[in-house]
Amino acid sequence: MADKRTTEDEIVAELRDGMTIGIGGWASRRKPMSVVRAILRSPVRDLTVVSWGGPDVGLLCAAGKVKKLVYAFVSLDSIPLDPHFRLARQRGSIEAMELDEGMFYWGLYAAALRLPFLPNRAGMASDVMRVNPGLRTVRSPYEDAEELVAVPAINLDVAIVHMNRADIAGNAQYLGPDPYFDDLFVKAAKRRFVTCERIVETRSLLNEGPVQSLVISRMLVDGVVEAPRGAHFTSCVPDYGRDEVFQRRYTASAASPEAWDEFRRRYLEGSEADYQRAVAEG
Amino acid sequence: MSGPRRADACVVACAEIYRGDGEIFANPTVGTIPFIGARLARRTFEPDLVMTDGEAMLVGNTIPVGATPVDKLVEGWMPYRLSFDIVWSGRRHVVMGASQVSRWGDTNIACIGPWEKPVAQLIGPRGAPGNTVNDKTSYWVPKHSPRVFVEAVDFVSGVGPRRAREAGGRIAQYNQIRFVVTNLCVFDFEGPGWSARIRSLHPGVSLDEVVANTGFEIAGLDEDVPTTRRPTEEEMRIIEEIDPLGLRYQEVAG
Repeated sequence: MADKRTTEDEIVAELRDGMTIGIGGWASRRKPMSVVRAILRSPVRDLTVVSWGGPDVGLLCAAGKVKKLVYAFVSLDSIPLDPHFRLARQRGSIEAMELDEGMFYWGLYAAALRLPFLPNRAGMASDVMRVNPGLRTVRSPYEDAEELVAVPAINLDVAIVHMNRADIAGNAQYLGPDPYFDDLFVKAAKRRFVTCERIVETRSLLNEGPVQSLVISRMLVDGVVEAPRGAHFTSCVPDYGRDEVFQRRYTASAASPEAWDEFRRRYLEGSEADYQRAVAEG
Repeated sequence: MSGPRRADACVVACAEIYRGDGEIFANPTVGTIPFIGARLARRTFEPDLVMTDGEAMLVGNTIPVGATPVDKLVEGWMPYRLSFDIVWSGRRHVVMGASQVSRWGDTNIACIGPWEKPVAQLIGPRGAPGNTVNDKTSYWVPKHSPRVFVEAVDFVSGVGPRRAREAGGRIAQYNQIRFVVTNLCVFDFEGPGWSARIRSLHPGVSLDEVVANTGFEIAGLDEDVPTTRRPTEEEMRIIEEIDPLGLRYQEVAG
């Protein structure tokens, strides 16, 4: 098995302006935040970001990295709305492809299966059809002749997910209650990166979770990063919960340009190690 | 302890949402009172309802709100991805929030103002479009106001019964917008042309108060409007058990 260990900065060095990036996790849960922070430090821009939106989206919007956002929601869970994302939308500074959750899922699934689209009822008769004029419908070729939305494949240039454990070849494991859609993100992407709390021996993978927790196979992974507390401040149970105090500090940074500058200087300008140190210092 | 208060009537109304649902997925998604209501329904008249712990586990016992976690009687697994199988096959009754509700039962959680550049961006459509064309859907509005109850919503994230009838086919067949429970009353959409109709007034609330806080014409005002039933003593005992800290009174005062 190949050793695919790499670093956040090497992943980001592969990114090009204008790429479509899928970010795993869900709202403020198990987000690959150490890679998001590396993107914030980089010159890359004009990204199309595809995400079950959480603070990954808010941070990338605040830093001016986002050209277009593909999403069904953006939320911080314990705080329902992300203020940086709201500001970006209210200023009209990003393009938006706003979908129903099921359409978002179906778009990733279509991309994973190399299908041009998958039909669905979800979205029909709602304003999702009005604000996405590129969406087309198809009619069932069978007797029912139902008209359905042809949810287009959401093809990703790069996918980045954060898991609890992985081996050096990229076999990756979640240990929390929900895998979210992380395996679909890597299946829908050309280049696939996994960060994890801890890299372990392959033979140790089943020590902490059942075989069903190994939802990402190495054949779906190009690079692995050991990133302890890499999902901070989102939750990464059972390794750690969400840092609610820090999440409130993050939302407060949207209060003014000065507040954002201060937050950025204090936490986001240095390396990942600098970030983790600054967080530990409180 | 004093007698039942307004929030307790809201809990009962949020339990009554599920009456007759049988063995399906009862899924309150917002607020505190809808969670208490769903658990009350299962403990009393709808014992077969299936519920999560608020995340990915299906649990058979009653988990109190806001209190120290109790041991969960895990009876199944419902991660986000599997929930779509249940939703799209019509085996769920969801209770969602709504920042706007129209006379015709369209709802909005996406944005206020023009979508292209909103005055206020909200959470996004979430699963509302898919929920409303597949499943039984009810709503919880803890603060009834003319800003919420509007003639037309700014963005249709939840498809109302009139739009669904206009779309026809299975959308019309599967769309089932049941109730809107607020801090003042319960609406259904049995008015003319599937418009909002008053179904019951919570104890101590006047029709005038509902009318003054609703931005559209309400059907059913000329009829005898029933009062939302108060919890029985047994129900109050169970409500206290589910919400020992009284979090429901923080959500609805009075």
